[in-house]
Amino acid sequence: MSQQARSLQDQVARTEKGEASDLLKPLIQIEGVTKSFGDFVAVNNVSLTIYQGELFSLLGGSGCGKTTLLRMLAGFETPTSGRILIDGQDMTRVPPYERPVNMMFQSYALFPHMTVEQNVAFGLKQDGLPRDQVRQRVAEMLDLVELGHLGRRKPHELSGGQRQRVALARALAKRPKVLLLDEPLGALDKKLRERTQLELVNIQENLGITFVVVTHDQEEAMTMSTRVAIMNQGRILQVDTPHAMYEYPNTRFVAEFFGSVNIFEGPLLEDEPGHVVIGCPDLSVPIYVGHGISSREGATVYAAVRPEKIALSKEPPADATYNTATGVVEDIVYLGGESTYLVRLDSGRLVRVDLQNQTRSSEPELTWHDRVHVSWEHSNVVVVTS
Amino acid sequence: MTNRSPFLISALAFGFAFLYVPILLLIVFSFNESKLVTVWGGFSFKWYGELFQDEQLLGAAKISLLIAAMSATLATLLGTMAGLIMARFGRFKGRTLFSGMITAPMVMPEVITGLAILLMFVVLEELTGWPDGRGITTITIAHTTFAMAYVTIVIQSRLSQMDDSVEEAAMDLGARPLKVFFLITLPIIAPALVSGWLLAFTLSLDDLVTTSFAAGPSSSTLPMVVFSSVRLGVTPKINALATIVVGLATLAIVMAGYIMHRQEQQRKRAMQRALAEQDAL
Repeated sequence: MSQQARSLQDQVARTEKGEASDLLKPLIQIEGVTKSFGDFVAVNNVSLTIYQGELFSLLGGSGCGKTTLLRMLAGFETPTSGRILIDGQDMTRVPPYERPVNMMFQSYALFPHMTVEQNVAFGLKQDGLPRDQVRQRVAEMLDLVELGHLGRRKPHELSGGQRQRVALARALAKRPKVLLLDEPLGALDKKLRERTQLELVNIQENLGITFVVVTHDQEEAMTMSTRVAIMNQGRILQVDTPHAMYEYPNTRFVAEFFGSVNIFEGPLLEDEPGHVVIGCPDLSVPIYVGHGISSREGATVYAAVRPEKIALSKEPPADATYNTATGVVEDIVYLGGESTYLVRLDSGRLVRVDLQNQTRSSEPELTWHDRVHVSWEHSNVVVVTS
Repeated sequence: MTNRSPFLISALAFGFAFLYVPILLLIVFSFNESKLVTVWGGFSFKWYGELFQDEQLLGAAKISLLIAAMSATLATLLGTMAGLIMARFGRFKGRTLFSGMITAPMVMPEVITGLAILLMFVVLEELTGWPDGRGITTITIAHTTFAMAYVTIVIQSRLSQMDDSVEEAAMDLGARPLKVFFLITLPIIAPALVSGWLLAFTLSLDDLVTTSFAAGPSSSTLPMVVFSSVRLGVTPKINALATIVVGLATLAIVMAGYIMHRQEQQRKRAMQRALAEQDAL
């Protein structure tokens, strides 16, 4: 992430709290939008504000409503209720051809009977731009996506990666206020996807156009976005920066969807402003968490611990009153940079631990059937109530 | 070379013989010198010469081609509209009934279609004075009626294969729906329009039953003339005519196949080039 994106994140956070003097202007305001198809509620009372210059991701599994929400921003669907404002103007019922937004489609939706140049020029011609300006802007856009030499080709004469760039150039040509991207990298292979992610972010930062990206890939959302909204069953569960989303998920669903996690379920034993203690039948000792939560004692809560925040050792930890358990290494998955250890606790519960492979030794320190202690710092646990 | 059983080979031979021996016989006998269709009297082009002097046959052919061209065009227009509704209108009440009604003329006995059309023309003439008798106009309308059903099916299947998001993309880039149709949808489904038109053209060209109901005294089409002259005895002239038709059809098919094959080759080469470039990056 660039420094520019980081300072935008800070500015968004200050704006949301209303404490900044340099308040950001909301570019997209979604106010209580609901969309139902017959009995099925695809998007359920969603409210969301997206600011100028953001690369905002809508993340969720299939059927969570993210694409429907994007299509409502583009104007292909009309909300059943609620309002959508773009740059302060009510766009709820404005048809797609009159909106200051453009969309890059998952299938790219290139016009098969037109050349690359004609594809990119299409939107400009609809605006009635003079011919020489159209030509200039098309050349500019094709240079931007490094396709200047392929302008006369037809879409079927291009590879998948080249088509993706044409689609991007075409959607950017009209310099929209917002660019909507529906799974922009979904059809590319892994290697190309990683390279394109970075290029997409570069283009977005250079042009300063606000991007709204729909994706099901949490890694993609994490690497690209200034902020992410996680959706499930038509509702937004959490809107946050990728960092906050990963470290401070607000629900069990978010914790599990955004990265992998070990969830320990149990009753709340002690609820103090500075810490809480959770009794967990899976562990032999209770879980101590270094932050307070708003719940009542006795209620069932979930303690979430990320696999890379767990320590694994043959020796018992110095302080074994909280946050530890013993078990046996059941499986080791070597992933190159790190290895995942699956530890079967004495209670029968499986815990996932990720360890960095810092040396090249082929004989790891820990191996199958080793008896080990898992433990974690009390600051590395997040408690969620649902 | 795989080992093919004699059974398979004879099945193949029999199948092709069943399909093509009658046509081959017809072609062979079109070069027959003799006036008797079934007796070989030596090779000659005599009947081709006579064919091109037969004013009645030539006139009928002209009328047939005219009607076929007009009704194919009309059927393509109407069929495109119907196909568009079937593919793009979404679900509406009575959709099944509507699509059933569009395809019904395909399974309706032609005699009934023809009779119904004749009745309509008669009633219409009594009420409004139009059409004034039956002729080329009424035949064209009748042909359009049944050909449209076929065109609709062709267009509809092409449209439902087409990626909807292409049209959405055009709209997203600022084109109004009507413009989207003419700039995007129509060019993309153009091949289906052409094949729909050709289908309607051939259907019209060889229709006899419906035509007989809608035709008037001065508007005999080629199939009608051929049919009535065969009743008086087959002359080798008809064989010559049929040979020309078969020849033209074969030529058209071979040409279409060649063009399609060449396009496919070009497309493959372009695709390979694009992939090679991507790998080189």
